[in-house]
Amino acid sequence: MKFKTDTSPFFGSNSNVSRVMLQVILALIPGTLMMFYIYGWGILINVVVAIVFAVALETLALIIRKRPILPFLYDLSAIVTAWLLALSLPPLMPWWILLIGIFFAIIIAKHLYGGLGYNPFNPAMIGFAVLIVSFPFEMSQWIQNGQLGSTLPSLIESLNMVFSSVATPDWDAITMATPLDEVKTGLRAGTAYAEIAQQKQFSLTSWIYISVAFAIGGAWLLYKKIIHWQIPASMIGTLAIFSGIMYLYSPETFASPLLHIFGGATVLGAFFIATDPVSASTTPTGKLIYGASIGFFIYVIRVWGNYPDAIAFAVLIMNMAVPLIDYYTQPRVYGHRSSTLPSKKIEGKKS
Amino acid sequence: MSAVIKKSAPIKLWKFHGGVHPPFHKDESNQTPITFAGIPAQLVLPLQQHIGIEAEPCVHVGDSVYKGQIIASANKIGLSANIHAPTSGKVSAIEEKPLPHISGLSGLCIVIETDGKDKWDESKLESYVDYENKDTKKLLERIEQAGIVGLGGATFPTAVKVAGSLNEKQVKTLIINGAECEPYITCDDRLMRDKSAEIISGIGILQTMLKPEKCLIAIEDNKPEAIEALRLACQEDSNITVVPIPTLYPSGGEKQLIEILTGQQVPANGLPLDIGLMGINIGTVYSIYKSVIEGEPLLSRIVTITGNGINKPQNLEVLIGTSFNYLAEQAGGYTKMADHLIMGGPMMGFALENDQIPIVKATNCALISSTTMLSESNSEYADQPTLPCIRCGKCMDVCPVKLLPQQMYWHIRAKDFEKTLDHNINDCIDCGCCSYVCPSHIPLVDYFRFAKTEIRNQEIATQKSDLSRDRHEFLLFRKERDKRERDEKRAAHKAALQKKKAEAGKNGDATKDPNKDSKADAIKAAMARAKAKKQERSKKESETKDEI
Repeated sequence: MKFKTDTSPFFGSNSNVSRVMLQVILALIPGTLMMFYIYGWGILINVVVAIVFAVALETLALIIRKRPILPFLYDLSAIVTAWLLALSLPPLMPWWILLIGIFFAIIIAKHLYGGLGYNPFNPAMIGFAVLIVSFPFEMSQWIQNGQLGSTLPSLIESLNMVFSSVATPDWDAITMATPLDEVKTGLRAGTAYAEIAQQKQFSLTSWIYISVAFAIGGAWLLYKKIIHWQIPASMIGTLAIFSGIMYLYSPETFASPLLHIFGGATVLGAFFIATDPVSASTTPTGKLIYGASIGFFIYVIRVWGNYPDAIAFAVLIMNMAVPLIDYYTQPRVYGHRSSTLPSKKIEGKKS
Repeated sequence: MSAVIKKSAPIKLWKFHGGVHPPFHKDESNQTPITFAGIPAQLVLPLQQHIGIEAEPCVHVGDSVYKGQIIASANKIGLSANIHAPTSGKVSAIEEKPLPHISGLSGLCIVIETDGKDKWDESKLESYVDYENKDTKKLLERIEQAGIVGLGGATFPTAVKVAGSLNEKQVKTLIINGAECEPYITCDDRLMRDKSAEIISGIGILQTMLKPEKCLIAIEDNKPEAIEALRLACQEDSNITVVPIPTLYPSGGEKQLIEILTGQQVPANGLPLDIGLMGINIGTVYSIYKSVIEGEPLLSRIVTITGNGINKPQNLEVLIGTSFNYLAEQAGGYTKMADHLIMGGPMMGFALENDQIPIVKATNCALISSTTMLSESNSEYADQPTLPCIRCGKCMDVCPVKLLPQQMYWHIRAKDFEKTLDHNINDCIDCGCCSYVCPSHIPLVDYFRFAKTEIRNQEIATQKSDLSRDRHEFLLFRKERDKRERDEKRAAHKAALQKKKAEAGKNGDATKDPNKDSKADAIKAAMARAKAKKQERSKKESETKDEI
């Protein structure tokens, strides 16, 4: 009798890439809903339009690269990328700006490097970086949020604004700056931080809601063991320490840690963006270094750089350092005395 | 007193890194007691059933053999073990036959046509019932004679292992491994339930030899009956403790079990003995009992036959050399779902292409299963192709050795074996946890096996080239040295000669060596004598001529 030959293990667990990505999508829902509640339809339109573009471009890239289409679409990674990029953009982005962002994320940052698993940089953040460099004005136009008493545009109005090529006449009237942006402008103009925080337009509270909603999703990912605790903890921790020290040093000219942690995309970045497994550090110690460095760069770029928020650039900078970090932070293997640096081992071998 | 101590001082357990919980499927095969599989018409005994060197056959084709007779003796030049005839019969061939091997290799085997009489060798080993009074050396000799090897799968000759501790290092804690963490396998479970008293006697023999401070029997807590049976059996012995350990694959790996029980790690490239420990498998303990107390060498072992490809999953006592085919017949034959025949468990076993292959000392399980049954847990995605690695790190989280499979995989893909080695790939124990959890379904273990083989081949090649380079360099050195020495000798000789000449010229006859003097005088005298004789002779001749 003939039997099939195969190699061990003959068992497999029920985990697969689609399930991993599906968990990430699930975890994004609370934060997305909270943003929808505060900023209205613009958020959902961003997400849906971005996903449609991403799936279309992913399919196109797979066809051109002659890869099996369904398995790779089914892995849901393109949807996660699109979703994350959509959440980092102001609501009611014109569709063509979204398309450019998605194009850079999916085609340039992902498929030109070899597709799923081979991208050294976080695709969503590449898309974001391209947009903020190319369209700084559009990228700073957040609409007035519902919490501060203004009425949000209806679904129809929103669709009109996204898909019509004509600029909305009363654009200025309905837009406002994010708290980070406002503080940055205020501090540069010499206003004290406490004074800025008193202004009617200052929307830190809304952003605290959003951040907490994203943190709930992040906790879910931790619970499901999709992400490890090291990156979010070290990233938020480092940012808190640096902003805390500077705030204590000069509360007039530096924003409080509260703003730095809750006032922007820090929480979203810590749980969903910096933890992108493909482009992040993979060893336990490496993750701590990687997360802490991102936290540090976020602070530096936010305070002394030109852009109001800094998640994208901090993540992209650290993406470059990942191979180096991973190589020198190997854990101590069973029975070995210490995690001897690879270079030492080679020397030992040669002698 | 002993019972009190046991209850009041539970052993502190530790955790090893990682591990997985695959479906264990133990209940299929552990419901009925062990029965004897019977004597098949033919037995095929490979000469290599242990780690080390092939045993040397000491019978010839056509010889009659008795049960228990040594048919191949341990090779004296290295690690090896005796092989016995499991029953009486006739040697019909000594030839190459397919082995139960991961790559389907063949090897030299002794084939015995059995006669069904099961007649013992006249010189059956004496039974040492009073093993406590026996000399350790004698017990060790017996274990060696009986051809006992580690039956947990490593098949390291037990006598050599035990001797190692007698000569050099004292065993502080003896660890009896009844963890049996591989899914489906229940041979140790059943053995512990059915032969608990025998196992405790076997441990007694080991204690007599090794004199450890204590002895721990580790059993995964999914085998409550076995734990209970052994606890009852060892009540009398205050040195033995039965330790239930949490069910977590691969807790039965020797290094992992040591970490669970002691919190210590076996040093890299070291042995458990280096930290005063020795681990011995339950099955091995039972065969030690049989060899010492019953005088029966290792002729059979317990094999679990299980899976949905077989009609009556169970545990059988099987003569070494029985074919898988015969075993399957004894277990009610195959069902329609017999797609795979796996020797060992689903995590670390290997697939056999056909069932005309002998059961050897290492065979603990024959898993016969349908493909769907094996991939039951992920049937929805059974057809999903392998996706690229997304570096999620799940493999790293479950690796019991704390390796970075995701990084090693990356370097192996790039064929960068030096970097792979930097990531300590040689510490990989092939447990399969990484492949098991991989969401991209990458056969990581296959990559690691490939890399390990490749690295070993490279090392052998490097050693060879180093050796021949060394030899060549030595040849050149020797030639050079010989030439130099020759030249030096010649020069020294020349110098000495010249010196002598010079001395001779300088000193003249004044200071002549008295020895030389006498010699020269003797020569002169002799020459003078010869001259005189000659003259005399010539004179005589001339005289005679004259006379004529």
